[in-house]
Amino acid sequence: MTGRLPKLTIWRAIFAAIMVCALYATYLRVVYGLGGATNLSDRFPWGLWIAFDILCGVGLASGGFTLVAIVHIFNIERYKPVLRPAILTAFLGYSLVVVALLFDLGRPDRLWHPLVMWNPHSVMFEVAWCVTLYTTVLFLEFIPVVFEKLGWHKPLTWIHNISVPLMIAGVLLSTLHQSSLGSLYLIVPEKMYPLWYSPTLPAMFYISAIGVGLAMTIFESWHSSRAFGRALELPLLASMGRVLAVLMSAYLWLRFLDLSRRHVLDLLTVNRTETWLFLLEIALMAVPTVLLFQKSIRMSPGALYACSVMVVFGFIANRLNVGVTALEAGSGTNYVPKWSEVSITLAIVAAGFAIFRLVAQHFPIFEAHSPELAYPEVGEREEHRVAVG
Amino acid sequence: MSKSILYDSTLCIGCKACEGACAERWGLPYNDRIAAEEKISAHKLTAIETHGERFSRRLCMHCEEPACASVCPVGALQKTALGPVVYDPDKCMGCRYCLQACAFQVPSYEWNSRLPRMRKCDMCYERQTRGEPTACSAACPVGATKCGDRDALVAEARQRIAAKPGAYYPKIYGLNEVGGTSVLYLSAVPFEQIGLRTNVPQGPLPALTWRVLELVPDVVSTGSVLLGGIWWITNRRAEVAKAEGKRK
Repeated sequence: MTGRLPKLTIWRAIFAAIMVCALYATYLRVVYGLGGATNLSDRFPWGLWIAFDILCGVGLASGGFTLVAIVHIFNIERYKPVLRPAILTAFLGYSLVVVALLFDLGRPDRLWHPLVMWNPHSVMFEVAWCVTLYTTVLFLEFIPVVFEKLGWHKPLTWIHNISVPLMIAGVLLSTLHQSSLGSLYLIVPEKMYPLWYSPTLPAMFYISAIGVGLAMTIFESWHSSRAFGRALELPLLASMGRVLAVLMSAYLWLRFLDLSRRHVLDLLTVNRTETWLFLLEIALMAVPTVLLFQKSIRMSPGALYACSVMVVFGFIANRLNVGVTALEAGSGTNYVPKWSEVSITLAIVAAGFAIFRLVAQHFPIFEAHSPELAYPEVGEREEHRVAVG
Repeated sequence: MSKSILYDSTLCIGCKACEGACAERWGLPYNDRIAAEEKISAHKLTAIETHGERFSRRLCMHCEEPACASVCPVGALQKTALGPVVYDPDKCMGCRYCLQACAFQVPSYEWNSRLPRMRKCDMCYERQTRGEPTACSAACPVGATKCGDRDALVAEARQRIAAKPGAYYPKIYGLNEVGGTSVLYLSAVPFEQIGLRTNVPQGPLPALTWRVLELVPDVVSTGSVLLGGIWWITNRRAEVAKAEGKRK
């Protein structure tokens, strides 16, 4: 561990392989344009990069606003130990969404255009503004961690002074754009398969984002407890699992109500790819929901982890279904991502994991792991009062 | 008065003069190979399609309330008062939401370009501002594509149907589709038989997203008050609890 060269492990080898492939894919994207790096077409203009990198990326990062709301607005202090990792995930998630956008936009050099050229009638315009502002908010919510590490007290106080409006803005911005990612698809009623097209898409996207935010928090805590050899906050995570179960039941019930009100339940008897992928999505969310209602499952770290992973995959299945599956038949195409699309997506996910690990190693992210005593320069009172982070 | 195009499939002889004129007006290459492509693309902004012994023509529909213009985050697409839906490539950032949102799958993207643009028919906006007809309607040797004021063209389409009821399917495509379009179609057979999408909503599409977007100010104002209030109450409660705990 003391040597300069990092030890070669299987994970590092995989990571390097992913990055090399992504580098070549980036070359293709830059030199040969979107046509050279993707299987997108006029009839299928949004593929994996939108459906996964953007829709899932933003959703999986929603733990940030969920936990800020729980800990600081509802003042449920006992969730505090998992707040910082959630904020870090969110900040990383949003930064990586911006990276993904640079790949997906035809003219990445014009990423800033929506900030100056306005069209308030566009959902995308609203999403662009919310994501920009919220990434700024996340930066400000995260930066106290860095200040603490460096022992800079002044800027800590500055941020503390604006922390309440900042947190409220963060929750509101998230509410707006998490739901707006669903609203993006409201304009294609005739293209989208009826199992997914619904006027309630914005609400469904919002509720499921909160759910997956909680699931991701459990997921991270479990992984970091293993990676950094710290104790798992099991009672805390278990109670989060209970909230998740209630939330997901409400979500699934609303999905069912929505399908029945739109009289499309009979589509489930049709033997089509859409039906099976829909059932997969629902099963991935319903199974952990049922399991999480059992106390024995919630109190078992492995089972709790498995349930949170299932919810995460159910969420990903939902977003991929909305972004890809639901639109294939209606646009008369069959889209399968090119290897380079998959490669860039994998690289972004891998980078997310790697940066998270790196930051968690060097900054006070897990409070249980690094008690206040480790940072005597930040007094306990101040530590307590710095609401953000 | 907004300008429109009336395309009468029963008159079209499939000569593709409109395609050639369109390519010339845009400075796009046009040859036998491109003429044989029966679909619109980034290098072919209008196309004649063959459906058995009938012809149909594809071009931008220039919706009265275009989905593309409503979804464009930078306002690169605009519905002009004159009728055409025009595009400003200098604003476009390439999000391709217009391609996704268009119910007629009209916009095309320059997928293989390093500095790509969206491409679509602009109903010869420049020419029309000078009072000239569109290149395609000027080129049509049989009057199958006609350019003029929308109301006048709708009236003329109705007249044609009334005059030869046997020759026409008794409807005008584009009259109510997605709330009305500036390109109108007449056909001898139901429109889906000449490749037109008949499952499109009869109302304007932008309303579907605006219904949600118009709630943004309400969410922000109500949300701020609600969250601020909750914070105030819970925070106060915690302070009181702490103070009482100290007193004991």
